[in-house]
Amino acid sequence: MKRCMIVDDSRVIRRFAAKIVQDLGFETTEAEDGRQALQACRDQMPDAIVLDWEMPVMDGIAVTEELRRMPGGNRVAVIMCTVKNEPKSIQEALDVGADEYIMKPFDSEIVRTKFVLLGLIG
Amino acid sequence: MTPDEFAYTAGFVKERSGLVLTRDKGYLLENRLMPVLRTHNLKSFSDLVARLRNGESALHAATIDAMMSKDTAFFRDWKPFVHFRTVVLPNLAVARGIKKSFRILCAGVSTGQEAYSLAMCVRDAPALEGWSVEIAGLDISASALKIADDACYSQFDIQRGLPIRTLLQHFTKEDDYWRLDPSLRALVKLQAWNVLDEMFPLGRFDVVLCRNVLVYLDLQTKLDVLQKLSRLLVDDGVLYLGLNETITGVSGNFRAVDADAGIYAAHRGTHPSALSLATKIETQRKTRRLFSTGALFRFASGAAFSQRRRLSSSRFRQLRFRAGHSRGPTRFRYSFRRRWPSPASCAACK
Repeated sequence: MKRCMIVDDSRVIRRFAAKIVQDLGFETTEAEDGRQALQACRDQMPDAIVLDWEMPVMDGIAVTEELRRMPGGNRVAVIMCTVKNEPKSIQEALDVGADEYIMKPFDSEIVRTKFVLLGLIG
Repeated sequence: MTPDEFAYTAGFVKERSGLVLTRDKGYLLENRLMPVLRTHNLKSFSDLVARLRNGESALHAATIDAMMSKDTAFFRDWKPFVHFRTVVLPNLAVARGIKKSFRILCAGVSTGQEAYSLAMCVRDAPALEGWSVEIAGLDISASALKIADDACYSQFDIQRGLPIRTLLQHFTKEDDYWRLDPSLRALVKLQAWNVLDEMFPLGRFDVVLCRNVLVYLDLQTKLDVLQKLSRLLVDDGVLYLGLNETITGVSGNFRAVDADAGIYAAHRGTHPSALSLATKIETQRKTRRLFSTGALFRFASGAAFSQRRRLSSSRFRQLRFRAGHSRGPTRFRYSFRRRWPSPASCAACK
C-alpha cells in the first residue's frame, strides 16, 4: 500500500485530509510541523506528502527544499496545500520543488484530481 | 408534486431536451425546479405546471435550463484528454498537413471547461502553430453558456482537473476568480443548440466530444443523436463519450478504440480501421503497409474517399508526392477495391 504523509499544524485539517487520502487507498501518517515531517521522512520516505505552507516550526517551503536534498527525496510527490492563492506564491512553491498545489478550502474531488494528475492513482 | 404533475413535467422535459426522468427522480425534479418557483414568484409546483400548460415561453426555457446538469470539470476524467493530446493531435498534424485546419465539436459544452481544456491542448502543441482551429461548443442551457462565455471560474472550479502549471500558464487571477486567456477563449465558438435538433447546418467535424450527454437519454433518442453525430464526423474522425456511456453493440456507426475511456472512431465500411485519427500513428505506419496506396493517400492528405474521385490524375499524383509516397504497386490497388465495399453497399454507412 502506498503511503502519504499529511503535514499541517491544524489537527482538523490533518484529519480531514487523511480521511480523503485513505479513501483513495493510501496509508497515512501525520505530522504537525515541518521538523517532525522531515524526521519521519528520514525514517521512512512516503510516496506523497500533502504539505501546509504556514506552520509554526519550519514552513512548507523550507521542508520542500530540505526534502529535495535528502536521498530519495526527489521521488516523493509534494502537494503544497495552503490558503495562499496568489500566482506569485504558487510559482514560488513550484520553483522550490512542489509538484502540485491545492488552494484551501478544498474538497475530496480536488485532492483526488491532484493525485490523478501526479499518477499516484489511476 | 402529485403524480399527474410529475408525469406532465417529466414529459415536457423529455420532449424538449430528451432528458428522461423516471418516477424515482421526483426529488431531482423538485430540487432543480425550486429556484424556478422562487424566480417566477410561484407558490407551488401546481402553479408551475399550470403555467407550463398555458405555454409561457419564458417559463419553458427556465424549466429546461434548470433541469440540465451542469456538472463538468477541466480535463474531466483525464484519460480522453491525454489521448487527444498524444494521439489525435499528432495524427491531425500529419493528416491535415495540407489544409492546416481542423474543427472540433463539443456537444453539451455546459460551462465550457472541457472545450477550453481542448483549446489548451491545441495551444500547447507546437506542431499546430499557425493552424486554423475551430472549437464549437453547443449547449441547450443559456445560463451554462453565459458562464462559458465569461470564461471566469471560481477557485473550486479551476482546481477540479486543471494541473497547477496549466493554471498559471493560461489564467490570470481577478479577485477570487480566475479568468482564461482571451486568445484561448476566442478559439471556442459557443452556440445555443439542442442535440435533438438537426445538426447538419454546423458542417463536419474532425473530432466530436459528446461527454455525459447520452447517459440522460433513452435508447431511441440516444440512437438518433448518435446517428446525427455520425453524419457530422469526417471519415477518420474521433468521438469522445463519457466513461460510463458505452455504445458498443448499440450503434454500428462507431468502432470502440478504448471503450473504457469513451474513445470511439467513426466506422465507415470504406475506411480501414487502422487509418483513423484515434489510432496511434506508429500502429498506423505498420498497418498501412498492408493496405493500398489509395487508403494511404487518403490518410496522408486528409481527403475523403469521394474527393479522390473528383481529383484530376495530375493533382492526385501531386498530392501523393507531397505526402511522401511514390507510385504504389497495382496489386495493392486491386486488393483495395476488392476488400472494402463502396459507401452505397456498406450497411453501417446507410
